[in-house]
Amino acid sequence: MAKVHVTTSINGEPMEFLCEPSDTMLDALRGTLNLTGSKEGCASGDCGACSITLDDRLVCSCLMLAVESEGHEIRTIEGMAQGDRLHPLQQKFLEMAALQCGICTSGMLVASDALLKKNPDPSEEEVRFWLAGNLCRCTGYDKIVRAVMETAAEMRAQ
Amino acid sequence: MNVVTNNKWIGQRTIRPDGMDKVTGRAQFAADTTMPGMIWGKVLRSPHPHARIRSINTAKAEALPGVKAVVTSKDIVDFPIEKGAVMLGIQDMRWMCRNVMARDKALFPGHPVAAVAATTEAIAAEACKLIEVDYEVLPWSIEIDDAIKPDAPILHEFNKFDGKPSNIAGRLEHKKGDIAEGFKRADVVIERTFTTRPVHQGYIEPHACLISVAPDGKTTIWSSSQGQFMVRAMTSMLTGIPQSDIRAIPAEIGGGFGGKTIVYLEPLATLLAKKSGRPVKMVMTREEVMRATGPTSGSKSTVKIGATKDGKIVAAHGTFYLQAGAFPGSPIRGAAGCSFTPYDIPYLLSEGFDVCSNRSKVAAYRAPGAPIGAYAVECVLDEVAEALKMDPLDFRLKNAAREGTKAAHGPTFPRIGYVETVEAAKNSPHYAAPLGDGHGKPQGKLRGRGVASGFWFNAGGESSAQVNITEDGNVVVTTGHPDIGGSRAGIANICAELLGIDYRRVSVIIGDTQTVGFSNLTGGSRVLFASSMVVTQSTEKIIQTLRERAAKIWEIDPEAVKWEQGAAHPVSPNAGQFEPLTLQQLAEKAPAMGGPIGAGVQLNTQGADGGFGTHVCDVEVDVDLGIARVIRYTAVQDVGRAIHPGYVEGQLQGGVAQGIGWALNEEYIYTKEGKVDNPGFLDYRMPVCSDLPMLDCIMVEIPNPKHPQGVKGVGEVPLVPVMAAVANAIYNALGKRFYALPMSPPKVLEVLEAPTREAAE
Ligand code: FES
Ligand code: FES
Repeated sequence: MAKVHVTTSINGEPMEFLCEPSDTMLDALRGTLNLTGSKEGCASGDCGACSITLDDRLVCSCLMLAVESEGHEIRTIEGMAQGDRLHPLQQKFLEMAALQCGICTSGMLVASDALLKKNPDPSEEEVRFWLAGNLCRCTGYDKIVRAVMETAAEMRAQ
Repeated sequence: MNVVTNNKWIGQRTIRPDGMDKVTGRAQFAADTTMPGMIWGKVLRSPHPHARIRSINTAKAEALPGVKAVVTSKDIVDFPIEKGAVMLGIQDMRWMCRNVMARDKALFPGHPVAAVAATTEAIAAEACKLIEVDYEVLPWSIEIDDAIKPDAPILHEFNKFDGKPSNIAGRLEHKKGDIAEGFKRADVVIERTFTTRPVHQGYIEPHACLISVAPDGKTTIWSSSQGQFMVRAMTSMLTGIPQSDIRAIPAEIGGGFGGKTIVYLEPLATLLAKKSGRPVKMVMTREEVMRATGPTSGSKSTVKIGATKDGKIVAAHGTFYLQAGAFPGSPIRGAAGCSFTPYDIPYLLSEGFDVCSNRSKVAAYRAPGAPIGAYAVECVLDEVAEALKMDPLDFRLKNAAREGTKAAHGPTFPRIGYVETVEAAKNSPHYAAPLGDGHGKPQGKLRGRGVASGFWFNAGGESSAQVNITEDGNVVVTTGHPDIGGSRAGIANICAELLGIDYRRVSVIIGDTQTVGFSNLTGGSRVLFASSMVVTQSTEKIIQTLRERAAKIWEIDPEAVKWEQGAAHPVSPNAGQFEPLTLQQLAEKAPAMGGPIGAGVQLNTQGADGGFGTHVCDVEVDVDLGIARVIRYTAVQDVGRAIHPGYVEGQLQGGVAQGIGWALNEEYIYTKEGKVDNPGFLDYRMPVCSDLPMLDCIMVEIPNPKHPQGVKGVGEVPLVPVMAAVANAIYNALGKRFYALPMSPPKVLEVLEAPTREAAE
C-alpha cells in the first residue's frame, strides 16, 4: 500500500512525514519521527502512557491515526520544557519524587499540563478524575497528585 | 564500619540523578532503542491450555518475503529433565528452557511455540500465522482444586508426590513443637479457609529487548529487566553463547515488582539475530504480557489459630496451596515462612504446597507468597481478637515477635522493629480518628476500619561498585543493579555524605555486564542495602587514598590527616598548620601524585534484616452497589534508615496501591476454554488515580546494626498486610467476612444478599 504524506506541527515545529494509513500517531512519533518520550503501555487507550495533545486537546496517541494529525498541532513530552528551562510541573515532579520507574511520567506530565491549562485551580478530586486515564503502578498516585496540586498553587501565585 | 552521623544528605529529599531524563522523555527504555539494519521478532503462541506438539512446519513462514529467520525449541539448549536441576539463583533451567519455548508440550494458552524475525512487525506477525503446528489437545486444569484431584490431568509425568504422578511439585514446612499439644491449651480456636486469585505485577512497560549478534558471536543485549547479569547468564545458558561474549546493557526499566526477574524474549531474539545476521527487536503487546508472563499465584489457604483467654496465641497451623502455573516454583517459602513471623507462637506448623496447573508460570511479585499468607493469617487473627474482645493492635502487641523470639522460618531475631510499628499505628492520628458518618449504620454507605501486619525476609547477596573521581574533582559511581524505583538517589546521598560534598557532584550510573562486577538482581528488597555497602567501602578506600595524597603533599603522616567536608585537614594543630586540600585540588594534582583516583569493591553482602509493617485501613462500602472504597490508609513500617525518605514513602505507597487493587478488583478471569479472558488494562482493573485516597506513611527507623547506614530493605513489606487490612476493614463495616479475593462489587453484593448463611456458620 502506498504511504501517505502528512504535514503537521510537532512541538511548534513544522513537520512532514510518510506513514501507512493504518499507523497510529504513537507509531509515527516513536518510529518515523524518533520521538520516543511517548510510551506504549497498552495500545488500547487504557494506560495513558502515550498521552499527547492535539490542538490542546488531550488524546491517547495510540488511539489516533497518524494521518489525523494533518494540519493540526501536536504536542508531546519532548516539547514541554522550554530550552533548558523545565516546565514547573516537571520541576515539581522531580522535587516531590512523583516518579519511580518513570514509564508513566511523560503521559502524566502531558495530562497534568492539559488539566492546568483548562483549570488552574483543580480540587484533589478533579486532579484524580482527570488523571484516571493515566495508570501508574509504582507510586500509588499520592506524590503525583500532590505535585500537580502544588504546581497549580505556585503557578497561580505567579 | 563507620556509621555516618552528620547527615547532610542522608535522609534528604534530593533530586534523583536520572530524574531529568525521565521528566523530559529522554530516558531510554528498552523499546525506545533502535539499531541500523534492525528487524522485528514475533512469537507464535499456543492457543491451547494443554497440548502435545506432534510437529511444527515452518516452511511456509520461511518462504514469506521479508522473513529472515525462524526458531523453534530445536534451536534452544535443552536441559533434560532426567539429568536433574540446573539452578541459576532460584530458577531451574530445565523449566526455563521449556518456558521460553514449549518443547514437547504446550502447557498454557500463550506458551511460545515458535518465533519469527522479519523486516517489519507486520510481516513477522503474518509469518507466525503460516507456521503449522500439529497439536494433540489434552485435558487441562487451572484451579488448585482441579489440579490436585486424584484423576487430574498431569502436566509433568515425571513429577511424583507420595509416590504417584502429581501436580504437586513440592512441599515445605516450618515447625515448632507439636501443634496438637499447643491447641489443647487454647480457649479460643478459629479455623478458616481463604482463596485468592492470580494477579499480575502490572508494570506499565511491556517486556522488550533489542539484540545484536555479530558473526563472531559477540552479542549485545539492550533489555528491560531487574538484572542485566541474570539476562546474560540465562541467555548464555539457553543459547550456548559464552557469558564473556554477551554484553547485557540495562535499559531503564518501566516497573518490574518481581515480574522482570526472568527472561522471556532475550534468548529468542538472540537466536533470531544469530540466524538472520541482523539486530532483532522484540516487544510484547499488553495481551502477551498478561497471557504469558508473571502473574503471581492464586491460592487456597487454611489457617487455624488458638489463643488463651488472656490473649496469648498458643498454637497455629497454616496450610498454603499456591499455584505455580506451568512449571514448579510457586512462592510457598514466602507464604509459609513469613505469615506467622510477626508473632511469638510456641506451637506452630506452617506448610506450603507447590501446585502446577495450565496457566503461565508464576513470577515473583513483591514479597512473593507473603501477602497471600498474611491475608489468611491476619484475617483469622482479627477474628480471634474479636472473640477475645481485644483491640486488634493490642492483641498483636501482646503476641509480637521481638529480640530473642525464634521465628517460624528458623532464625532467632536480633533487635527488630515490629513492636514499634504496632505502637506507631496505635498512636497514629489515623487510629485515633473517629470513623465519621456511616459507621454502624444499617444501610447506605457503611464505614469500617481494619488493621494488619506483615513481614518480609529482605535479602543481601552479591553486589559490585566502582567509584571514580573525575579529573575535575567530581564523582562517578557505577553499580550493577537496575534502578527500578529511585535507588540511584539513595546511592548519591550516601556517597556525597561520606565524601562531604554536594550530592549534585555525584553521578550514579548502572553499569553493563562487561563493565562492572557481578551484581545480583534488583529484587528481594536488597538493592540499596547491598549497593550502599559496596559503595561505602569503595568510597572509604578513596578517602584513604585522598588522605595519603594530602599527607604526601604536606609531608606528614597519613594518620595525621582527616577527611572532612570534602577536604583533607590536619587532624590537630600539632600535625602541622596547612590549608585544607579539597577533593577538587587533589583530583587536579592526581597525575603527579600517583595517578587516577578510584576504587571498586565486590561483596557477597550479609546482614540483611527482615522488615515489618503494620497498616491501618478505612473503607466505605456502598451496600446498594457493593462497591468498597478505601477512604483513608496509613502504612507504618520499620525501614531501618530512610536514606531518601521520598522514595521510601514511594515504595510504601506503591505497595499499598497494588494491595488495594489485589484486595478489591484485580484477578485473572478464565474462559471455559481455559484462556485468560481479561488480558488488557480495560478488564484487568488496576487502581486508577480516582480509586485511591492519599496514602499516609509512618517510617519507623530502627537502624540495621549490620549495615553502615542502618539500611533495611523496604520495597516488599508494603504489599504484605494490605489485603488483610482491607478485608478486616470491610468486616468492621459490614459485620461480614470475606474468605475470597477480590472483594469486587458482585462478590460483595452476593455476600450482602445472603445474610442467613453467614449467621448459620
Ligand atoms: S499506550 Fe496509549 S493509552 Fe496505553
Ligand atoms: S512511576 Fe512507574 S508506572 Fe508510574
